[in-house]
Amino acid sequence: MTHESLWAIFINASLINNFVLAYFLGICPFLGVSGKMATASKMGGAVTFVMLISSVCAYALHSLLVAIGAVYLQLISYIVVIASAVQLVEMFIKKVSPTLFRALGIFLPLITTNCAILGLALFQTNKGYGLLQSVVYALGAGAGFTLALILMAGLRERLEYAETPNVVKGTVLTLLIAGILSLAFMGFAGLGSN
Amino acid sequence: MNSATSTPPRIGSGRMITAMTATGALCALFIVLAYQGTLPRIEYLKAKALEKAIVEVIPGMTSQKVFRLQPDGTLQEVQEAAKDASLVYAGYDLKGNLAGVAIEASGMGFADVIRIIYGYNPATEQIIGFRVLESKETPGLGDKIEKDPAFLENFKTLPIVLSADKSRVQHRIVAVKHGKKEKAWELDGITGATISSRAVGNILGTSTEHIVPVLHKNLPLLENLAKQ
Amino acid sequence: MSNPISQGQNNKGFWSALAQSQSTNEFLKGLWKENPVFVQVLGMCPTLAVTNSARNGLAMGLATTFVLLMSNTLVSLLRKVIPRQVRIASYILIIATFVTLVDYAIQAISMELSKALGAFISLIVVNCVILGRAEAFASKNTVGRSIMDALGMGFGFVMALLALGSVRELLGYGSIFGLLVFPPVYQEWVIMILPAGGFFTLALWLFVFNWYKTHKKAL
Repeated sequence: MTHESLWAIFINASLINNFVLAYFLGICPFLGVSGKMATASKMGGAVTFVMLISSVCAYALHSLLVAIGAVYLQLISYIVVIASAVQLVEMFIKKVSPTLFRALGIFLPLITTNCAILGLALFQTNKGYGLLQSVVYALGAGAGFTLALILMAGLRERLEYAETPNVVKGTVLTLLIAGILSLAFMGFAGLGSN
Repeated sequence: MNSATSTPPRIGSGRMITAMTATGALCALFIVLAYQGTLPRIEYLKAKALEKAIVEVIPGMTSQKVFRLQPDGTLQEVQEAAKDASLVYAGYDLKGNLAGVAIEASGMGFADVIRIIYGYNPATEQIIGFRVLESKETPGLGDKIEKDPAFLENFKTLPIVLSADKSRVQHRIVAVKHGKKEKAWELDGITGATISSRAVGNILGTSTEHIVPVLHKNLPLLENLAKQ
Repeated sequence: MSNPISQGQNNKGFWSALAQSQSTNEFLKGLWKENPVFVQVLGMCPTLAVTNSARNGLAMGLATTFVLLMSNTLVSLLRKVIPRQVRIASYILIIATFVTLVDYAIQAISMELSKALGAFISLIVVNCVILGRAEAFASKNTVGRSIMDALGMGFGFVMALLALGSVRELLGYGSIFGLLVFPPVYQEWVIMILPAGGFFTLALWLFVFNWYKTHKKAL
């Protein structure tokens, strides 16, 4: 399974099997922060960034666990290491670039325990990706997440001025739109094969 | 949390570390116990599932041996079926004759990676069995590759046309539209699952081109082992 | 769906007496008033991802309930021992442990089931319901009450997953728990098993809940 081309991995993770719309990962921020375009794009950037870090961490960690024959510690070590790595990076950014920190900072702690991050780490391990493949997979997943979030935010900004019945306002309406988006994304299926 | 919100009690880092270490040790104990306890049963189930798949794609086999494909293009027998991509499973009938070789292959389908296993009989130079191990193809459409009887009929006897010295495949397997099959090595596709059936053709084509010549090169090894 | 409540109205004496006891309250709130999925809209990933059949939904729900029960118990037991500063980290450790346990247990029970649920079993770790209950309830309450709370929330979660899974399986395959309900002439709504169907079904259930709530107030 490790012979998949990098391009196929990217397309697969971002469009065909979009993390939000096909795997339902990261639904909480998807429902929560997709109200405004500006926040949505920043959140997308932050998630992509965290995904990259955790992807590399997970790759290194998995190699280590396999080497010492302790794969049963996979889940527990993934979550601990990813959470600490993000914390460290957060402190680092705060010190080095306060502007970037203001843009991403408030989202970082929120994201750490987001299912999309852990999901990415688990999926890449299951698929047996190498380091480069993992990084591309993380980039694709992040791009897909950002795309879904921005599309959603655009639609919701418009709907704000539409007259909708009270019972569907909020989550119900957002879920309906997500369903329609998910249908639309099914059109991308088949891109990866020839 | 009432006491904590007003004045958090001052706690030395020593106690924090002790608490975390203790929790960690307790957790590790639980995990190791669960792992040890379930391991035999999980391995048994895995082996059984694999065996079932192999028996299905090599009709008439009663025993099997596992070989690893070495990077230099030779086969080597291995005792344990470690999780490793380049394994082939040789199946033997009651008399100890080679009944066929089961090979795992995978590739990109319509929705996600499709994993298959197929049986190849070097004596008749045919594919003799096929089964989808894993696919996330669209229910009702793409997943016909798993159960469409006409499509599965393809794999009862699908010839692999080899060059004279058996060092390469002359005609690569390809899937064609349903009802358009003309050549022996073509796969009759499924209406409504065009891309999925083409993907299966593609996976088989790539895998057979790579592995079938290797099998023929190593045929003495595969057959001899059974006679011992 | 509203079993405990509607029965309560039927024979008031017994049920109201029972409802006044606190532990029953802890249990019932999870089922209805604070249902994790329909009211709190938490734990969405597994809710949507594995509910393409009633069986998968049930298995996922039970696995989550087990983890919730164990983590609530342990967190409540250790609530006076674990220093406040490292509590979240310890909760995550505890939760991850029990999820690993469940993962191995499911693999040992049925390969097929573990394949169907896939990585989503491991993802129970990040189900906000579990960490949420540990932090909001078990860290401040006695073991007994925490157990009741976990059971209530857990069964509320199971109920929600079953509700989603049954609707999706019924419309998508024409069956429930694998048993054919509709005659074979029924043309399956494939979309219900696809991801989009998950979003639509959840939207439908939330709509029903919202409607019920506003309707009740109007009465």
